[in-house]
Amino acid sequence: MDFHLYMAQRLSALVMAPLVLGHIAVMIYAVQGGLTAAEILSRTQGSLLWFLFYGLFVVAVSLHAAIGLRTVAQEWLGLRGVALSALALVTGLGLFALGAQAVWAVTFA
Amino acid sequence: MGDKLKVTVRRGGPGAQHDQTYAVPAEDNQTVLDVVSWIQQYADPTLSYRFACRVGMCGSCAMTVNGVPRWTCRTHVRKVSERPEIHIAPLRNLPVIKDLVADMDPFFDKWIGAEALHHPSRSREEAIAPIDPQDAARQEADLGIECINCAVCYAACDTVAGNPDYLGPAALQRAWTLLNDAKDGAHDTILDAVSGTGGCHACHSMGSCTQHCPNELDPMRAIAGLKRDTVRRAFRGRR
Repeated sequence: MDFHLYMAQRLSALVMAPLVLGHIAVMIYAVQGGLTAAEILSRTQGSLLWFLFYGLFVVAVSLHAAIGLRTVAQEWLGLRGVALSALALVTGLGLFALGAQAVWAVTFA
Repeated sequence: MGDKLKVTVRRGGPGAQHDQTYAVPAEDNQTVLDVVSWIQQYADPTLSYRFACRVGMCGSCAMTVNGVPRWTCRTHVRKVSERPEIHIAPLRNLPVIKDLVADMDPFFDKWIGAEALHHPSRSREEAIAPIDPQDAARQEADLGIECINCAVCYAACDTVAGNPDYLGPAALQRAWTLLNDAKDGAHDTILDAVSGTGGCHACHSMGSCTQHCPNELDPMRAIAGLKRDTVRRAFRGRR
């Protein structure tokens, strides 16, 4: 693997680690006494904090997963060159689009 | 004794390999290399294989024995199988030339690719650089210098199997020993070489190299060291 991809994957993991813990902690807190869309939205809508929290999460996940799947595709499917880069790019952009849309929907939409 | 071993040997060249079975007299003390030599001398003189020292010093007799890469000269038959059956094949992850002879060229090309070669720091006119055996870097280098290029780690490595560009444990370990060698004069060149496609960052730390090294070296530790030093250099900036 290219050194820059290695670094991007490690740094995105570093970013994700506390975010995962925060996400799980909030989930445990949020499900106390039932879980409703209204309750979640009341917490996230208009909140810059949650926008940044999950926005950063989405960026880190997109990078991390795309690089990881790129390696899997290289070693297990034998993909090389343009096909490999295209797969990583489509995966990364696809995850970012899905995640960004969700974050936007629960914060500022 | 009169007992026989059922020995299955992978025969043939590129693209045309098949298994052939031989009945070989079983002995009390018998290495896998003894078995291969018996077949070549008494059953089938066309069998091709490599060996030289017979005592675990030269690294030329490595083969796949019951699916595991080993020095055949240092592997007793009874160590690899409860039953009197063994399967012997050429080393994995390398092209086969004929029968049990693997083509080592890609393996050694990768040593060069990893810059795992000496880069002189002084000319012959200058005094030899003193080496302190207690120095931490020297001790780290000492952990890896007993490698004899047998390619057992290379054959054991699943990352090499999945990624033919990967330089492999042996080349990277030698690069690491040179990086820790005060007499090597091109540390940045080494770090550049192990940072490219197929460099140390392709390693998944699965540890087959360390598990199978007949010299009980720890290439996985060396590769982890390379990863650490390349990252350190990226944060520190080039000297």
